[in-house]
Amino acid sequence: MSTATKAKRERLKPPITNVGVIGWLKTNLFNTWYNSLLTVLILAMLGWLIPPLIRWAFIDSLWNSSAQACRDIDGACWSIIPHNIKFIFLGFFPSGQEWRPILAMILLLGLVIYSKDLSRWKKSLAWMWLVNIIVMGTLMYGGIFGLPVVETSQWSGLPLTLTLSFFGMVVAYPFGVLLALGRRSKMPAIKTMSVVYIEMIRGVPLISLLFMSSVMFPLFLPEGVTIDKVLRALVAIILFTAAYIAEVVRGGLQAMPRGQYEAADSLGLNYNQTMRLIILPQALKIVIPPTVGILLSAFKDTSLVVIIALYDVLKTTMVTLSNPNWTGYSTEAYIFLAILYFIFCYAMSSYSRKLEKDLHTGH
Amino acid sequence: MTNSQKNTQTQGAEKPVIEIIEMHKWYGDFHVLSGINLKVQSQEKIVICGPSGSGKSTLIRCINRLEEHQRGQIIVNGTELSNDIKNIEKVRAEVGMVFQHFNLFPHLTILDNLTLGPIWVRKTPKKEAEEAAMMYLEKVQIAEQAKKFPGQLSGGQQQRVAIARSLCMNPEVMLFDEPTSALDPEMIKEVLDVMIELAEEGMTMIVVTHEMGFAKSVADRVLFMDDGEIVEQNSPNAFFDNPQHERTKLFLSQIL
Repeated sequence: MSTATKAKRERLKPPITNVGVIGWLKTNLFNTWYNSLLTVLILAMLGWLIPPLIRWAFIDSLWNSSAQACRDIDGACWSIIPHNIKFIFLGFFPSGQEWRPILAMILLLGLVIYSKDLSRWKKSLAWMWLVNIIVMGTLMYGGIFGLPVVETSQWSGLPLTLTLSFFGMVVAYPFGVLLALGRRSKMPAIKTMSVVYIEMIRGVPLISLLFMSSVMFPLFLPEGVTIDKVLRALVAIILFTAAYIAEVVRGGLQAMPRGQYEAADSLGLNYNQTMRLIILPQALKIVIPPTVGILLSAFKDTSLVVIIALYDVLKTTMVTLSNPNWTGYSTEAYIFLAILYFIFCYAMSSYSRKLEKDLHTGH
Repeated sequence: MTNSQKNTQTQGAEKPVIEIIEMHKWYGDFHVLSGINLKVQSQEKIVICGPSGSGKSTLIRCINRLEEHQRGQIIVNGTELSNDIKNIEKVRAEVGMVFQHFNLFPHLTILDNLTLGPIWVRKTPKKEAEEAAMMYLEKVQIAEQAKKFPGQLSGGQQQRVAIARSLCMNPEVMLFDEPTSALDPEMIKEVLDVMIELAEEGMTMIVVTHEMGFAKSVADRVLFMDDGEIVEQNSPNAFFDNPQHERTKLFLSQIL
């Protein structure tokens, strides 16, 4: 189409004021008098804020000193992190056994990274996950191969946060999808149960669920029967997250054109096949952005388990700060924690964007 | 090949492929279809026309139970449609349907769109299903697009894929619900050509369409529907040259 017929028309370049750095500055930052004023004001504010921040964080700061040395400086005392890193990350895990949670976390993150590529989503990957979960469980709990038993009450720090959030998300997601399908079911009993469940759970805060799981729930158990506290918290997180996932997925199901159901029906596919092969792959893809939103907040909400005396990575940091040597350096500790959470959350959200792109077909 | 198979079937038993007896349907209080009686013999091509809202789409959608009828009987290939889901699935597997808006599965490649039914409903081995799918894609002249996704094809191409998808199930009957209404004018012909070829091969077809040229050249029988009833049915020549009913005359005067 480049030649003969169309060659006649002259191709013009865009006007120079609209392109390049100057063009961009002109159209975006200095296009009106009030935008110019705002630009100058914001630049001034940044100039006033950033140098002291850099001075505090990088120039006047100490990175690996004793607590004593930190008393004499004005800058940040980052030393709190390396000095307490073991406790912040691993909490009360018995000393001498630290390699076990570390190895378990490496296995988890390794397989997560390996699973990134859609082309690797095959049956073998499911088996790898199953084996990995068993190995991780064995590493953490022990009891065989000469590994001493470490009760879940001693799991703390990052391994606990990752356990709660990983299993929380992975179990809540399919459960939420089932609830969404249930809520749209034509069978009144299933529909009612799903609606009641979703609305009840969404009507209470996660904190109250955690309290119920840790305080009220044991009262209903027969004497002598105890259910692991971490497991109870995990179940509370799963129940809570699933209700939110369900509503998001339902939104996706409602967005599916009726023609897709009809085309599937007219081929003779049954309900399960229609959902699994046609509807869910499309509906779940549509709702990736809000789903990731929910998974991110579920990840961050695991820190609420501090109120039932589980020592996740937030709580171990707080414990560190209660050490008289290191009190007063909470800014540094919380900045570190914020960065840690940010890394995980940012990884999740940028992966979701990649997934959306990979799953995009056509147009 | 298909021809001879169908022939032996016809000779074996003169039972109609589709039989509709005194069928009524309501949407709430609204009586959409009333007293429909229709027999379709094997290899017969039927065109249904009529003003919009006359119930013609609803009628063919009842044949594969995309819509439920409330009274009367619909018997497809010896199976009566009832609430029995197994019967419904069986009928649907034997009845192909082509929609106005194609309704291809946008998340699957063209090839996967075609093999889905055979693999999951007919339990055909994947390789066999793919070979058959490629054959049908060649037939609708679109084989080179097999690895693409529906969103990358033009409307006419998508509709031809949709026809091929139905054919992959080896249907006894094909239902067409205004297959060219959503197409740009220059693409209508490529779809009609495929349908004409199909008709010549002896496929039993029920076509809801406004393409009167197609009706004249292909149909064995033209049905005119208005207000939920079959007002008139006749051979195309008689229907167009000598309509019996006032409503038919009015309709034809409006569209021709």
